[in-house]
Amino acid sequence: MFKYLPHTEHDIKEMLQVIGVSDINDLFHEIPQSLKNLDLDVPSSHSELEIHRRFDELAAKNRKLIPFVGAGAYDHYTPSIIRHLIERQEYLTSYTPYQPEISQGTLQYIFEFQSIVTELTGMDVANASMYDGATATAEAMFMATGAKRRNKILVSSTVNPNIKQVIATYAHYRGLEVAFVAEQDGITDAADFLAKNDKDVAGLIVQSPNFYGIIEDVGQFRAPLDETKGLLIVNSDLASLSILKTPGEQGADIAVGDAQSLGVPLQYGGPYIGYLATTSKLMRKMPGRICGVTRDADGKRAFVLTLQAREQHIRRDKANSNICSNQSLLALFVTIYSTVMGKQGVVEAQQKSHDATAHLAQRLIATGQFEAAFDRPFFKDVALRSKLSPEVIESTCIEHGFLGPLWLGRYDDNLADVFLFGATEKRTKDEIDAFVGIWEVR
Amino acid sequence: MYYDKLIFEISTPGRKGYSLPDTGIPAAPIDASLQRTAPAELPEVSELETLRHYTNVSFKNFGIEKGFYPLGSCTMKYNPKINQDIANREAFQIHPLQPASTVQGMLEIYYETQRILSELSGLDTFTLNSYAGAHGELVGLMIMKKYHEDRGDLKRTKVIVPDSAHGTNPASATVAGFESVEVKSNKDGTVHIEDLKQVLGDDIAGIMLTNPNTVGMFEKDILAIAELVHEAGGLLYYDGANLNPLLGVARPGDMGFDIMHINLHKTFSTPHGGGGPGSGPVGVKAFLADYLPRPVVKKENDQYTIDYDAPDAIGQISHFFGNIGVVVKAYTYLLTVGKEHFSEVGKFSVLNANYIKESLKDLYELPIDDICKHEFVFNGLKDKSAHVTTLDVAKRLLDYDVHPPTIYFPLVFKEALMIEPPETESKQTIDQFIAIMRKVAEEAKTDPDLVKGAPYTTVVRRLDEAQAARNPIVKYRDLT
Repeated sequence: MFKYLPHTEHDIKEMLQVIGVSDINDLFHEIPQSLKNLDLDVPSSHSELEIHRRFDELAAKNRKLIPFVGAGAYDHYTPSIIRHLIERQEYLTSYTPYQPEISQGTLQYIFEFQSIVTELTGMDVANASMYDGATATAEAMFMATGAKRRNKILVSSTVNPNIKQVIATYAHYRGLEVAFVAEQDGITDAADFLAKNDKDVAGLIVQSPNFYGIIEDVGQFRAPLDETKGLLIVNSDLASLSILKTPGEQGADIAVGDAQSLGVPLQYGGPYIGYLATTSKLMRKMPGRICGVTRDADGKRAFVLTLQAREQHIRRDKANSNICSNQSLLALFVTIYSTVMGKQGVVEAQQKSHDATAHLAQRLIATGQFEAAFDRPFFKDVALRSKLSPEVIESTCIEHGFLGPLWLGRYDDNLADVFLFGATEKRTKDEIDAFVGIWEVR
Repeated sequence: MYYDKLIFEISTPGRKGYSLPDTGIPAAPIDASLQRTAPAELPEVSELETLRHYTNVSFKNFGIEKGFYPLGSCTMKYNPKINQDIANREAFQIHPLQPASTVQGMLEIYYETQRILSELSGLDTFTLNSYAGAHGELVGLMIMKKYHEDRGDLKRTKVIVPDSAHGTNPASATVAGFESVEVKSNKDGTVHIEDLKQVLGDDIAGIMLTNPNTVGMFEKDILAIAELVHEAGGLLYYDGANLNPLLGVARPGDMGFDIMHINLHKTFSTPHGGGGPGSGPVGVKAFLADYLPRPVVKKENDQYTIDYDAPDAIGQISHFFGNIGVVVKAYTYLLTVGKEHFSEVGKFSVLNANYIKESLKDLYELPIDDICKHEFVFNGLKDKSAHVTTLDVAKRLLDYDVHPPTIYFPLVFKEALMIEPPETESKQTIDQFIAIMRKVAEEAKTDPDLVKGAPYTTVVRRLDEAQAARNPIVKYRDLT
């Protein structure tokens, strides 16, 4: 017997009798014998105690560093109650809410999540989540090319390079054309955009705060896109929109990005959660699940997945997206974070992150080892130049227990002396002092 | 009492549920011209109100620890608690940009998980970067496309998808830039070989198969199918949604599949989470290994490294390394089950399915009366005279605290009722389910209106789904 398998010898015998075979292996009679001689080189069964020992060993091989970098993964504080709530079996172990009568819990929090995303983005409608910000942006591209029946998308060079890579990969296989709009001094080059924008372009993807942390004026692209009937797609860190001008206020057609910074732990890159929001006009072109309100047979308010005619399980090869289950439990995570931190707390965490990043930048510049790469307003990432080599910076930081900045030369030869720093509300003054201290003594 | 409040409806201006420390760092105001004009109207509630609200909301959900989920093609097995405890460990809450030298434990988990998946599946190597089953399909098809492109074989624009396939298969084919060609199934849902031969040609990039297929039948001609497809220059893709019954019994790689995905949230028990996060690792044979997406985790002289360049990769399909938190749970499960018990997982799931099938086939129409694998399909009630549909049966099951089976899928049967009882369910639970199914069949005969009006005991009754689509109310502001 094994703890996850309740079948006794007696049960097996009785069940086989009902089925009418004498041996459990007879249930696999049609599988060719040549396929069945397995001798697997896999670990032996571990008891719980052995599991803990094994993971103690693995944990000891990690060295957890204090991050002074964000670049798409932000070390924000997670209030205790969130884990307790999302680990309730009703949330953790439930299935996709296709049977609404016994899934009102999931459907309701999806509705609340959609409400929170629309509040933060200023858009009309949001879906029930996407895998991550990068794939959400690629899906927004499909939405634009599908809605406009145009094959080409413009992407600003100031978008996070990982997101650009994912967009390029998705576009390549689908047969779409991606053209990059140049950057000028840390922001999207508006002149280059105007030169490249025409009636073959389905839309423009811009990011704000962009990869360098700089807050861009994305509203300036609205009018020229109206002239060519293209869509404005704005990628933003969702939490930052609690303070910054929203995509909705700036005329975006689609708002996308990652919602990880609403308290989702770093967990080495995932699971995080993407979001996608749009206008009422484009609602029926959205990918993913959408929850709506209706009534039950007794007239009671209830929630249900709606507009499913867009989705893969109905449209099959005519669907514009293949997305199915994605990050539902993370949508709950973000919803609870936005609730317990609430109207004031989300803003406070983001403002303190900005304060910490600004203080960090100022202090680093004061050491004489760094200077601002761009003279522009930034949010919780900041790009600094240095003559120090990336190897020296990385190893020195690790030596002191810190995760230092992301070296941007990794993505662009023109940025070989630029480093992307970041800080959140979790960084204390002492930590910043200690981190800056490394560079002062040099 | 029924709790029907939305979080916004218990919000009180000025109330707080959090505290953050005063960091002593000077404030750095953001220019007003860059700020939003009005604050986002997020809830304002206390900590206890938040707990009460989401606890009460949770009561409106079913879950595996409450009852049985005989959901076809979904493998709703028990989700061990230890998996969660391990994934929550503080040592794994690491920034994804940490250099490889400082995350050897993380990378070992990644590498070892992909190694065990390779061993269990007969493929040679896996990426764990793909976020879910459908994402895995897309990545697998990108690999298929790049393989043909790199050989200069550019006319292979079509992918064969059987009519019984999961809806994501043809949708993924479209998103990967392929055209899908549907092949009809035999009466038992297996591939019609003559039909397949008709469509195989130099425009075919490959075929997507689920084996056992969605009616629970093992594709017994799989070796012949593989040979035909390979001879025609195509590749075989294995949709891993139905891998559970083959665990430790037979391997897709040995059957001739070149590419596959695995749903860790199904076969390897990381929870479904109400619709994610899942994880959909993609495995390939060695000749396709260089195509796996960036970043690639490698092992070199007992050191784990991260290859961000991988020049032949299809590209990048995730921001970082996929849902690693989910992978940690799957690795815990793989170690717990271990060599000794993998084949029991497969065998007991098949035992459970056949036992239910034989115990109910006198009352429910069984279109394919043969040994099934982990799941099988009834085509509604045998006695259809009272016009009680599969939907009615499903809704009536809710009154007996059972999650309904998958309904109206696969599309090959009009009244499909697709039942999959995972191996973690005991004979007692299954006997109880059989008794309930028999009772519902009896009710359908004696009191059909009772069944047609179900459910009665759930927090809400049948919903007006058309109304929701006609007049979409999709956020709190739409209600006020």
